[in-house]
Amino acid sequence: MSTPSARPIPEVSPALAPYFAAARAGRLVVQRCTGCGALRFPPRELCSVCLATEAAWQEVSGRGEIFSYYVMHQIYHPGFAAEVPYAVVVVKLEEGPKLTSNVVDCPLDEIAIGMPVEVVFEELSPEVTLPKFRRRAR
Amino acid sequence: MFDGDGVLSYEDTMRKCAAAIAGLGLTAQGKVYDRTHVGFAVEAVRLALEDAGLARTDLDGLLLNPGVAWGQATMGAFMLQQALGLRNLRLAATVNLGGATAAAMVQQAALAIDAGLCTTVACVFSDRPLQPPDQRRSRAGEPTGSAAAYAAARSPATGNLDAAYGQFGTNALYALVARRYMHVYGTTQDDLGAVAVAQRRWANMNPAAQFRDVPLTLADYHASRWVVEPFHVLDCCLVSNGGAAVIVTSADRARGLRKPPVYIWGMGQGHPGGDPAENLASGAPLAMRPAFATAGVETRDVQLCELYDCYTFTVLVTLEDYGFCPRGEAGAFVAEGHTAPAGRLPVNTGGGQLSSFYMWGMTPLVEAVLQARGEAGERQVPRRDVVLVSGNGGLLSTHSTLVLSPLAS
Repeated sequence: MSTPSARPIPEVSPALAPYFAAARAGRLVVQRCTGCGALRFPPRELCSVCLATEAAWQEVSGRGEIFSYYVMHQIYHPGFAAEVPYAVVVVKLEEGPKLTSNVVDCPLDEIAIGMPVEVVFEELSPEVTLPKFRRRAR
Repeated sequence: MFDGDGVLSYEDTMRKCAAAIAGLGLTAQGKVYDRTHVGFAVEAVRLALEDAGLARTDLDGLLLNPGVAWGQATMGAFMLQQALGLRNLRLAATVNLGGATAAAMVQQAALAIDAGLCTTVACVFSDRPLQPPDQRRSRAGEPTGSAAAYAAARSPATGNLDAAYGQFGTNALYALVARRYMHVYGTTQDDLGAVAVAQRRWANMNPAAQFRDVPLTLADYHASRWVVEPFHVLDCCLVSNGGAAVIVTSADRARGLRKPPVYIWGMGQGHPGGDPAENLASGAPLAMRPAFATAGVETRDVQLCELYDCYTFTVLVTLEDYGFCPRGEAGAFVAEGHTAPAGRLPVNTGGGQLSSFYMWGMTPLVEAVLQARGEAGERQVPRRDVVLVSGNGGLLSTHSTLVLSPLAS
């Protein structure tokens, strides 16, 4: 069986520290440009809508739908050797930003574009909790 | 209207550059290990000069598209100049728009020649991502082979947050765009397979194709292993070691050289920006406008297409972007055989990157030159007066268009 700890654990970089702190507390946050209010993820040093450099973090609903997905069959990392084939999804949040993630507790052949999902949190290590998604009723 | 048109209309000032492709050089392709990336580039230029009947001293311009083996060699064109022993160049650049680079280099060369900066420019691509079998690293659980070599070379773009979810490599990112496209426009797995089968039929007539001797049916396609759904391994381009080069010079000068000139009738670029999975189109709709306008042609006038084909999917999007088919219908068009040998719109007549060799944007350009000159042997198409070449880089991020012809006008 796979060992979750064998999978790559993201580095808590300064840019992502607020994101992981929120995830540990069970909240999903994205960056909000304080210049124009545009939401974005992953974090960037400036807003590509208005070019402002100031940004804050804002909690979002955690609800969205699957915008696209693929089923990976190739093993790129030993941590996923026992996982293939597995699905990676892009979730479009109700608030607009898109997140790369996985859907938990859902057979591969039921994953579909447009499927409503909501965030759940998977603890990988004391520092890193990973937002994932599960199916929800529409 | 397109964003980026701005205040000035470029169409008012567009004019044709009187430039032509005068020489072509293609090294051995695929699992060849006897040279480095620099060595392949030198060999490609040497062959292109010989093809044109030119000497190294005739070159005064050098443009290089560095493949992944060049790494961070941002002075790659200078490295290549030194390796070739070239003196007193008047134009040089290391250019990278991914798969759109080859046609973009030809455009840059034509513009510089037209402006009088230089007279004769070599445009070069080379790469050596494949290692000989005895030198491949192979740790337990890690991938080996060509796709892995390529993914490893390009993986810094992915970042380790994505890796936590199991997202690795370019194939996966393209699969996201393809899946969305299939959902929105109804493109099917059979449609993708039709491209692989049609192009293999061309490759089976191309002595330079890595898959020359391997026939392919739609059943074979469906039975081939998944890489990342919706892509089978046969939806993905090959990985090749090798080099390719073309020589661009003025139309007048080209007429006095060894080989028949391939005239540049039109050229353009289009880089849409934003999210490709939202755009669901390449930069072709932007790039084709100046290219077709200066060439004085429309989509229906194109007789032969050499389209960038990093994936089967890319060919379908590109056919639809240029207006050969309505959205979602390119798959049926290909399945009906129109792009295959004897079809009414031959597409990727050398087998493309899916079935011949992967020299980024040089693959379609090389085949366009061979066809335009009537040198394509068994696979030569009869109608070759208006040849469309496309380049595509990133995730439908960059695009370049050339309209080529063996006729001066």
